[in-house]
Amino acid sequence: MTTQPNAMPNSSIDTRQTTPAAIPPLQTMYWCIRRELWEYRSIYIAPLIVAAVTLFGFLIATIGRALSTSDLALRRAILEGPYSFAAALIMGTTFVVGIFYSLDALHGERRDRSILFWKSLPVSDLTTVLSKASIPLVVLPLLTFAIILAMQWIMVLLSSLALLGSGLSIATLWTKSFLQASLMLLYHLLTVHALWYAPIFAWLLLVSAWARRAAFLWAAIPVVAIGIIEKVAFNSSHFFGMLHYRLTGPQAYALGARGGDAMSPMATLAPGRFLMTPGLWIGLAVAALFLAAAVRLRRYQGPL
Amino acid sequence: MTVIEARGLRKAFGTTIALDGVDMRIDEGRIVGLIGPNGAGKSTALNAILGLTPYQGELRVLGRDPWAERDQLMCDVAFIADVAVLPRWIRVSRLLEYVAGVHPRFDRAKAESFLARTTIRLASRVRELSKGMVAQLHLALVMAVDARLLVLDEPTLGLDILYRKQFYDSLLNDYFDHKRTILVTTHQVEEIQNVLTDVMFINRGRIVFRCSMEEFEARYLEVMVHPDHAAAARALRPMHERQVFGRSILLFDLTTNHADRQQLSALGEVRTPSIADLFVASIGNPVGEASGASR
Repeated sequence: MTTQPNAMPNSSIDTRQTTPAAIPPLQTMYWCIRRELWEYRSIYIAPLIVAAVTLFGFLIATIGRALSTSDLALRRAILEGPYSFAAALIMGTTFVVGIFYSLDALHGERRDRSILFWKSLPVSDLTTVLSKASIPLVVLPLLTFAIILAMQWIMVLLSSLALLGSGLSIATLWTKSFLQASLMLLYHLLTVHALWYAPIFAWLLLVSAWARRAAFLWAAIPVVAIGIIEKVAFNSSHFFGMLHYRLTGPQAYALGARGGDAMSPMATLAPGRFLMTPGLWIGLAVAALFLAAAVRLRRYQGPL
Repeated sequence: MTVIEARGLRKAFGTTIALDGVDMRIDEGRIVGLIGPNGAGKSTALNAILGLTPYQGELRVLGRDPWAERDQLMCDVAFIADVAVLPRWIRVSRLLEYVAGVHPRFDRAKAESFLARTTIRLASRVRELSKGMVAQLHLALVMAVDARLLVLDEPTLGLDILYRKQFYDSLLNDYFDHKRTILVTTHQVEEIQNVLTDVMFINRGRIVFRCSMEEFEARYLEVMVHPDHAAAARALRPMHERQVFGRSILLFDLTTNHADRQQLSALGEVRTPSIADLFVASIGNPVGEASGASR
């Protein structure tokens, strides 16, 4: 049309000005994230189940093994043992949940045609994709942190009760600085799970916006194919090396020493080195690129 | 004021041309039926208007470019794209909560009062509702939005007659206020004939006919002719003829001046044709294209 908006008054010059004109972007984002949690309840149910199972196992260890052994050193070992393991278990669970969530997030709404409903609301494709990306990148790390923290507190309480009940000192249990360990954990989750893994989740979201079916295969095939082609054609494995680095690398930088325990003291923390790693920024740039492509795809796509 | 204005709207999917230069102008306060055979370009036209698909040509909806500004446009436009697009996993109460959270013109109390008249419970999940109830729910949602344009694409497909009737009754009684505009496509044309203020036919990606319903009633006439008068009636050059129970029903376009109302009422029973019959006459039959409905 050649006429400009002044020829055709838009909504702002309407009589119905009394109705609120806009919703703050953060409010829209908040509701979009809540919507994701309503739809994908596994986001919090899966880690909660794993935590409950772990606690149950720990309860058996406390009551069954620790209290039935007369070897006090062994008893102490049992009761102080599985904190890191339990934390890693929850982190592993939420990582897997994040993978499956990301693969379905932009695919499910097309599969069940509800994208037509979501698009009938004043929510931009950018807001939608960002709200979905924030689940693996923000919500899951924070949720993981909260669940691990709660679980470890319960474990400490159980151990304390058991130790006190058997007349042992709980001092060693409590000398481990829990504040330090928690901060360490939070740092690990934010640097590794949120920032370092961002391109992985962004890639999965992009595939879920693009694939018509079998999003999982489409996410894996190009990665494997590139690796194989490189191996066969050039007999090198830089691509697989890069993937390996993406999955394991940041530990060395985030924690100062490779293979550092997530629960090890703050001393090994090296945020400076982490932030100086080019891999971090390259990864974030790639993630932004993938997400931008996902936004664009969602704009064009209707139901399957 | 103009709600939708399109000029030379084109859209091709590969070599298939879905919209071949659509021109349309829809003013405020109209209820427009967009009628066309399958594959005529109805849904593509609606998708372009709703900002769901890119297009070539000029299109303004409420003064906005739908493709560039879909999210802002959706503050003032509501649409029901299909009977079954509400997410099946969501609870009714949460659906209301979410829409209230993201939509500046949604009145949750209004939606709840509409729902109170149905058997839909707020605690139900959408998947537990029947198809008719889902349509009621979706209608309650869009009616609670203070939108200026409502687009309905086959909103009652697959619903039984009771739900269909109820759907359009609610729309007219509780929603339409002569300031809003409604654009609707459906194959059940007869059911909305009394609802519409305007009708447009689309065929092969072009708007081939448009008129207001007053114009329609003044212009077209259907005569059920006695067999004795059949030859005389045919001499008046009807645009279409069909046989029902051995009697001929002839459709006349009075603006062609081959016949007038008085002449025709002498030949048999005279009435306003249904949109569907005119549609068949003008699109289903090449004679109609030549003599009757044209742009």
